[in-house]
Order: sequence, then C-alpha cells, then structure tokens
Amino acid sequence: MNTIHPYLRLSGLEPLVVRPETNFINIGERTNVTGSKMFARLIKEDKYDEALAVALQQVENGAQVIDINMDEGMLDGEFAMTKFLNLIASEPNISKVPIMLDSSKWSVIEAGLKCVQGKAIVNSISLKEGEDKFIEQAEKCLMYGAAVVVMAFDEVGQADTIERKVSICERAYKILTERVGYASQDIIFDPNIFAVATGIEEHNNYAINFIEATRQIKQKMPLAKVSGGVSNISFSFRGNDVVREAMHSVFLYYAIQAGMDMGIVNAGMIQVYDEIEPTLLTLVEDVILNRRADATERLVAHAETIKSKGKVLVKDESWRLESVESRLTHALVNGIVEYIDIDTEEARVKYSTPLQVIEGPLMDGMNVVGELFGSGKMFLPQVVKSARVMKRAVAYLNPFIEQEKKNNNTTSSAKKVLLATVKGDVHDIGKNIVGVVLGCNGYEIIDMGVMVPADKILQKAKEENVDIIGLSGLITPSLDEMVHVASEMKRQEFRIPLLIGGATTSRMHTAVKIAPAYDHAVIHVLDASKSVPVVSALLSEDGRAPLSEQIKNEYDALREGFLQRKVDKDFLPISKARENKWTTDWANYAPPVPPQLGARVFTNVKISDIVPFIDWTPFFIAWEFRGKYPEIFNHPEWGTVAKGLHNDALKLIDQIIENDWLIARAAFGFYPAYSDGDDVVITDPKTNTTKRLHFVRQQMVKAKGEPNFCLADFIAPKDSGKQDYIGAFAVTAGINLEERAALMQERLDDYQSILLKAVGDRLAEALAEYLHLKVRKQYWGYAADEEWNNDELIHENYRGIRPAPGYPACPDHTEKLTLFELVDPEAKTGITLTESLAMHPAASVSGWYFAHPDAKYFGVGKVYKDQVEDYTKRKEQSLEETEKWLRPNLSYDI
Amino acid sequence: MKHLSSYKSLENAANQRILIIDGAMGTMIQRYNLTEQDFRGERFTAHSGDLKGNNDLLSITRPDVIGAIHREYLAAGADIIETNTFSGTKIAQADYHLEEAVYDINFYSAKIAREAAEEYTAKTPDKPRFVAGAVGPTNRTLSLSPDVNNPGYRAVTFDEVKSAYAEQVAALIDGGVDIILIETIFDTLNAKAAIFATKEVFKEKEIELPIMISGTITDASGRTLSGQTLEAFYISIAHAKPFSVGINCALGAEDMRSHIEELNRISTCRVSCYPNAGLPNAFGGYDETPEHMCHIVEEWAQNGWINIAGGCCGTTPEHIQHMNSHLAKLSPRPLPQLLQN
Repeated sequence: MNTIHPYLRLSGLEPLVVRPETNFINIGERTNVTGSKMFARLIKEDKYDEALAVALQQVENGAQVIDINMDEGMLDGEFAMTKFLNLIASEPNISKVPIMLDSSKWSVIEAGLKCVQGKAIVNSISLKEGEDKFIEQAEKCLMYGAAVVVMAFDEVGQADTIERKVSICERAYKILTERVGYASQDIIFDPNIFAVATGIEEHNNYAINFIEATRQIKQKMPLAKVSGGVSNISFSFRGNDVVREAMHSVFLYYAIQAGMDMGIVNAGMIQVYDEIEPTLLTLVEDVILNRRADATERLVAHAETIKSKGKVLVKDESWRLESVESRLTHALVNGIVEYIDIDTEEARVKYSTPLQVIEGPLMDGMNVVGELFGSGKMFLPQVVKSARVMKRAVAYLNPFIEQEKKNNNTTSSAKKVLLATVKGDVHDIGKNIVGVVLGCNGYEIIDMGVMVPADKILQKAKEENVDIIGLSGLITPSLDEMVHVASEMKRQEFRIPLLIGGATTSRMHTAVKIAPAYDHAVIHVLDASKSVPVVSALLSEDGRAPLSEQIKNEYDALREGFLQRKVDKDFLPISKARENKWTTDWANYAPPVPPQLGARVFTNVKISDIVPFIDWTPFFIAWEFRGKYPEIFNHPEWGTVAKGLHNDALKLIDQIIENDWLIARAAFGFYPAYSDGDDVVITDPKTNTTKRLHFVRQQMVKAKGEPNFCLADFIAPKDSGKQDYIGAFAVTAGINLEERAALMQERLDDYQSILLKAVGDRLAEALAEYLHLKVRKQYWGYAADEEWNNDELIHENYRGIRPAPGYPACPDHTEKLTLFELVDPEAKTGITLTESLAMHPAASVSGWYFAHPDAKYFGVGKVYKDQVEDYTKRKEQSLEETEKWLRPNLSYDI
Repeated sequence: MKHLSSYKSLENAANQRILIIDGAMGTMIQRYNLTEQDFRGERFTAHSGDLKGNNDLLSITRPDVIGAIHREYLAAGADIIETNTFSGTKIAQADYHLEEAVYDINFYSAKIAREAAEEYTAKTPDKPRFVAGAVGPTNRTLSLSPDVNNPGYRAVTFDEVKSAYAEQVAALIDGGVDIILIETIFDTLNAKAAIFATKEVFKEKEIELPIMISGTITDASGRTLSGQTLEAFYISIAHAKPFSVGINCALGAEDMRSHIEELNRISTCRVSCYPNAGLPNAFGGYDETPEHMCHIVEEWAQNGWINIAGGCCGTTPEHIQHMNSHLAKLSPRPLPQLLQN
C-alpha cells in the first residue's frame, strides 16, 4: 500500500511540494506594485510586456512562487490582476510556478482565483473583520482550491506580541480545520514581520517576537506553515543595501531555525550569512535579537561609515595570499586587471603547457563567472570586465602558445563563432557584447565588424571553418539583408546554425522570414545572456538536435499562427482615416517665423555643453539592465553595479572632453512649408525649388474624438492662407569614435570600447535634445522664455517635436534622402547614409522639427494596402520599393 | 451533508472490485445511421439550423436509442454508465442555439440512464449499477486565448463557465444520477469552475454526490492542453476531494501507462482510466482490438494501480465485456495510507 505524506502541495504548470527537507521557499516580491516602484509604473503605463519580464526574471532568479499585488490607489485592481494573470498563463516559463495572490481587497483576490489553473496561495485572509467574514472567505478559497495565508490580525488589531501572534493563529487554525474543512498543511501563517531599529523602543523586540512566535506556532501546529514579508524588517535602513542585506540574512538565519518555511523576499537582497563582515554581523545580530539597549544606535552609526565608504571601495587585498588558481578566479570574478600578468606568469610556470593554464584555472574562473551571470548574481558590465581580464591573460600567454604550436604542430580546439553586423547597418554595441560574453565562455570569436556584405561573411566562414554565424542589425532594412544571408547560406550549402539578434529582429520575423530561407537551424537570440545557452547547446553533441528540433517546432507554430492569424478588421480605409485627421483652427493660428531660413551648421559643439542633456535610461538598457535612471541605482539586485557602470561612463566622458576624443557636429535648417494631404511641400531657399515630404497616416480605429494622426497634419495647409515652416536636422557625436574604439580594442579593452560606443549614442541623442532646445529658444525662437530642467526635457514637456525618419511617427527611412538634400550633413558634418539608409557614424540622429503647440509623437502602427498603394503613387516608385521600406508597418504579408 | 443511498454501495463495490465504466457513446450512435429528422424529433422540427451531430439532443428526441446503448454496456458488465451529456452545457449547446434545451438534455439523459441502471441492478443485485452524470470540458478554454496575437484575451469568463456547469449539474441531480463525473479535462481552470459549480449545487440541494475527475493528457509531452504536468493537474483539483481521479481520451492505453503509474503513486483517492481504442487511424477511426486494449489495462490492474477502468473514443461493448471478464477477478488498488506527519 502506498503512503502519502501531508505535505503542502502547490502548483503552476508544475508541482511544488513542500517537504520537510525542502529548503526555505523564496516567494518573488518584485511583481508587487506596493513594493516595487518600477513594477507599479509598468502596470500604470499599461506596459504589461515589460511587467511580464519582471515576473520572468524573478522565476529565472530562483523564485519558487511569485507574489502578485495590484493594490494601488490609481489602479483598478481586479482588472490589472485579471489581465496580468491571463498574460502570465500564456508564458510557460512564468506560469510553471505557483502564484501567490496578494491583496488586502477580497474582490481582487477572488478575481485572481478565477484566472489561475494551478493551486495558488491566497495572501491573505484574517480575523480582522470577525469570524463570519473569515469563514466566508476561507470557504471560498477552499472552493477555488487554494492554500491560504492567515495574517495574525484579529478584531483588536495586528498582533505584535508573541502571545497575541500565537493565540490568533491558534484560533484561526481551529476555525479553518474544524469548521471550514481546511487541511492543516494548506494553512500558512504570517505572524507579521515589522521593522526593527526604528528608534522606538517598543519595536526592538519585533524580530524576536516573530521568531519566537514562529517557534511556538510550529510546535503547536506542526503541519501548518509560516511565511512573512522579509524586507519589512530592514525598512529603517532603506538606501543602505549592505546593512539591509545583512539584516535579512541574519533574520532569516534565526527565523528559519525556528521553523519559518517561506518568505516574500528579493532573492538578490540576501547576503550569505557566513560572508557578512564580522563587525557588521555582531551589530546586526544585536539589533535582530535585541541583545543590548544601544544596539540600534550602534548599527546606525556603523551604517553611516559603510555608506560613506561604499561597499565597493573597501579594498581588501587578502585574496592575494591565496593559491594562484583562487587568485585568477578572484581577478576574473571581480574584474581586477592589476595583477593578471604576474598571476598568469605564475600559473604558466606551474602548469606544463600555457594552453593548460587557459583550459584549467582561467576557464575554471570564467565558469564561475558564467554561473554567477546565469543565475543572476552578476550583471553584464561585470561580465564584460571579467572578459577584459581574461583577454589580458590570454594575450599574455599567446606568445608562449605560438611557440608551443611551432614545437608540436597542435591547433586550437575552441569552437568558432563568426559575428557580423549586416551590410548597410552600422550598429554594433549589442553584437560586441554578445562577442564578449561568448568569448568569456571559451568560444573563439571572429568579429567582422559592421556593414559586412553576405559574400564576405560566408567567405570568411568557410576560410575559418566556423561553427556558428551570428548576424546583428538595428534598422529595419537589415531584416531583408539577414534573409539574404540565410538564402545565400542555403545556396552555398552551409549546414552550420545561424543566429539572429539586434533591436529590430524578433522571434516572429526570424520564424516567418529568415528560418524558411535556410534548411538548417536559425535561431533568434534575445540578448547576450541568452546567447550562451543557445550556442553551447548548438555546439554540443547531444544538445544540438533537441534544441534545433524544439526551435523548429516553435517557429513552425509561430509561422502557422502568423499565417493563419485573423487579419485585423479594425482599420479604416485611408480615405476615412483622412477624414478623421487631426486639425485645428488654422485661422486663429500664427505660425512662428524662423528668423533665418535655409541650412546652417555647427562644426564643433562642445561635448561639455551637451552632457547635461543625456537621457541615461537607454544607456542602461543597452547593458541589459531594466530600470529607470536614477531610480535604477536603488535597485536591490543591480543598483550597485549600475552605479559603478554609470561612474565608469562619467569618467570616460571626462576623458573624452579632456582629450578631445570625439567631435560633435550639427546641421539644421528651416523651410517654408504647407501641407498637401499627407505630404508636406517645402521650398528650399538655396535653390528656390520645391520638395515633397511624404508621411504616413494611422489607420487603426480610434476612440471617439481621437484623430488618425499623420505628421503632415501639424503643418498648415495651403488653403489656410497661413505661411508655415518645418525644420530639419542631423547631428553626430561620433566623429573619431570608431578609431578611438578600435584603439581600445587593440589594448584588449572591450569594456571601454563598448562603453565608448554606448556613451557616443547617448551624446548624439543629447546633442539632438540640446539643439532642439536652442532651436525653440533661439534659432526658430518660438519659445524664447521656455524654462525646463533636464528631466522635463527628457519627458518632452516642451512645445514642438523632432520625429526621426525610420521611427514610429514617420517609419520610412528613405525620407532621410530628402532631409539630407536639404541640410546636406554629408558635406557639413561627415554623416553619410549607407545603402540601407543607416547613418554613419552610428552615433548620429536626424529628424524633422514641427513647431505647432499641439504637435505630438505617435506611432503610425499598421498600414493597409490602400494607403501603401496611395503612398507608392505619391512617391512615384514601385510598390515593391514601398513595401520594402514600410515592411514592419504592413498589415499584410508580402 | 446528506448522501444518496447509492453513495455507500458505490464505496462498498469499489472496495471489493475494480469497477467497470462504459465505453464510447458516439461510436455507438453512429451505428444507428440517424438522420437530421431523428435529431429534431417532434420538439425541434422548426428549429433553425442543422441539429444532426448534436448527440446529447437524442436523449430528448430518440431516448430509445440512448437507452438501448446504455443497456448494451450494462449487459457487457459496466458498473458505471455515463449519461449522454458530454456537451450538455449552454456554452457547448450555443453552437446549435439550443441553450434553452440544456436542462431537459441533462434531466432526460439522467433519467434514461437511471432507468436502464435500475433494470440491471434488479437483474444482478450483487452487482449494483451506477449512473455518472457526464460533465464535459465545453468548447471554450479559460486558460488559453483563442487569439494568438492577443494572449491576454479570453473568449469566456470563469463565472460564465461556472454558471453553465451549475445548470448542468443541477439538472443531472434532478434526473437521478449517482455520481458527477467531470471528464476529458484539457484546461484545469474549466475543471475548477466545474468543481466550484458542483459544490455550490450540492450546498443548494443539501446533498453531496461522489465526484469523479478525469483529465486528458493530450500528447507525448505528458501535459494537459493547458500545459500542466499530471501531478500539477492532480494538485490543482485535489480540493474537490474526489471519489476518483484519472485519465481518459486522447491517448490509447499503451501511452497512458506511465501516467497511470504516476497517479497510483500520488493520488490519495481512487484511480480511474478509460483510454481511447488506440490512436486514431488515417480515417479518424479507432481500431485497437478489445483483446489488445484489455491486455494492457490488465497489467496495470495486476500491479494494483487502478480502481475504475473502461473506454473512451472508439471503444464498444465488446471492449467493455473484455475488461469486465479480465478485471473482475483482480483486486482494486487499495487506498493509500495518509500519514499524519
């Protein structure tokens, strides 16, 4: 006969069984609008995709349950809970874990219970409003099949003493098991974790009260579980993560011993107990265990010193005393180059061949880096620094290896990955990061740089006998080029896998367009961190077939879904969309007149002038950090690393300014213009000829009163009788950038090289922002008295817009050709256009200026065949040409 | 809460032997070559739209056919027969615009089965027969979006599904079923709505029937259509405190083996299985022979893994007769011991 244990059993798509030997269960806390500002913002801004990414990241970081809370005044909690859970249901990598439905409102909890197929946890119910309510809600939870968290809260209030915590829990337990019919193991108590070290004496016992109550609850009701919100304990030390992490770790150390089974925690914010610095440990234990009256004051005082010193600045040289292998690992993990030559030399002497140093201690160290990165304990900038150390070590060993090769005729066995940014595209930050990360994992990287034609890529791939080709691209025409490379690979009978990455690429495009062009594996890789598992599976004997098969099935399904998808009927014929155009009372509008027409140029903008205009948030995104600047520095997991990265960037900017490494230039001009339907007709004063700009109109069905926008709407039509104007600009901060980056790479400093490119991009954007301000206040001068701070500028609170060809409001890159004819940045600034109409250098920005006070940014969205045909006529080009350039916006297949 | 008298005798019978549940209804109905007119009967002559294929409706329009099929299975040795109500919810009947017929479909289906079962209980008093009210999955899913471009969309809400089930379950009880059988579950959230509805109806009627639950593992991945592993599925429905839990449909017996073994290991309640007659052939028919299917299930019974066995799509009274003759003498799976710590 079988025996079955009374374990708490939960489920998402997969089971979670809490056995006595199960370790403490981490419940992810980041998908909680009350605890995470970032998550709250994403939900409020309806950015559910990004909110899903937060959930996914928690699961990837080891959360075994995720807590979801939508309790925020501005939110419709039931709606948000339902929507988020329904979305989670379609993401198996998230929905594999059980859900904790967290709300103080029963209606929100019940809305959640109606969306989860697995056995969830309700967090929470309590005796706060009396037994009847408690029983009613508990019975419902049972009918829905959920475990419950019972808060130690009764009609009198929330329990803070041991006695009250225990007696309320006992009372609730009795009701649940005897009257409602709950199984003991499905009851989870939350005996309230409150902040300690608040300065209020009564609070000093809060930690030990919780711990002791836990002990007694588990003694009296051994099958029940105990949980709690761990971060509460350290609220007094917000902003000081070193102290907070130590407090969480000490608190859990004792609470788990007392029987605490699970907790809502940020797994990244728990320090390893054994690794807490001894002085800090003593002080924290004094506070948690309330061991002395002045414990709080002492910890506060010590916390100040940690704060002022900063965690990273404490230079600990004790690692120098360890074995050479440990030293190499330490240097790799911490990105320290200072001693790498000495240590590598020592290892070279110790090991019989230089290759063994690489394959032994260095790769061991990089494996540690890989594991830490894979488990979310290290972040991209740190990994890139590790790579720098690795490269130095390998460079040191290379002459010895060459010598060895000469002596023995051996060749390297490392697998080769070829990377290239495709023809017509100049963007390579992401590709470089992928190269570094793969390099860290022992692959030999052949990086062909940017603007590489298909034949060059394939020729090199043959010469070097590479194992994988990876293509990168940022602008839309690169998608076609990737299809071309794939079809060339097929024609030339390649068999190796093809990886696709870059901002404009997607799994869907890869599945629908690229994969069918090549008979072997084609895989879209989301970011650098995903590249390692994919490459390692593809290059391993037993991994390749299953992964290829899995991807093939996935893509087949995607493709099928795509082809069978219902064409969205909710669009307006272009004629109707035009009837619903944005318009204004032109008769009462006085278009501002620019004091000077025609193009002009600034050949040397001071970098120091534009630095204050940098929008840092996209900089962090480039490094695969999610979060908004400057709040990102408070991020419990990667705040410190992000801060370090930011400091490095600022240092680099100082160097750029001091040594004149980069030159920033700008060309711009203003032109008389009127709108003619969706076109804008302008007069070029230089030649006194007219030119026609072509814009695209939104065709989605809009809410009542919402127009179908087209940029042309913001320019006064001819029959309005008003003389209106449009502006055009092109700026770059990238002159000399590539040479400088190449120099850094020669010095084996990928980190600085990538950092320089990322900073260059930001400077170009900042220059565009700076110039726009000057334009509004002076060169066009319609907002001479405008006063905004930088933050408000980034949020675009000012009058007027500067949309860029190739981006959502005007998606056609070919309009850049007209823009370039007007302001002629090629001659004046050195910005050129590639055959795919990417600007070179990459750190460049161009766009149009619209001055109307109601002009705003929008996305054109999907366009339908009628508009495409109309647009083709207007542009006097072939339909194929139009479809090629508008492809991401097409609502139909071509 | 009160129980029917059959509750105790069902438990007694299940403790003594492996219970046999009947086979497919659809396959049997096909043998009658019924016409549109048969499906319409008198009551629905004027109904707009085709009704042929709405098998549940035959309980109203051709009760003789449904009763005869039940009797064939009872004669073959079935202990439990399922009512002809697989699509008997207003959600499923909406396809035929027959929402208003839902109560009658369930009530008469239960009544026909009840009469047939009692006839056979009278013939073989030492082998009492039971009627299970069949509650199907509906044709809508609560965990999946029907629109690939809009994963957050749902074609139906939990409350709509729950209320459809409540209507069905109440009518089945009124018609005299002994058991509620929530079956062919491919989306666990639908099943949870059915469990919720069933419990609510029990409360209203102040009577509690045994609940049988049977999920469907759709393919070799070993998961339900909504993505759960078998154990996750079991945990998700365990709060129903079911009389039995098991697997039916989608797979032939051969492919069910590891799942039945797993259920034997994890289930605190009885274990049921009623596979299809193999996998569909090129023409969508099923051709696993009674001998072969029975041979596979017999091994599980010998291992002590199962309490209830029968057939799903493509199985016939011959399959059931084979099962009855081979499994009758084998011992049922003993209920596991539930440890207290």
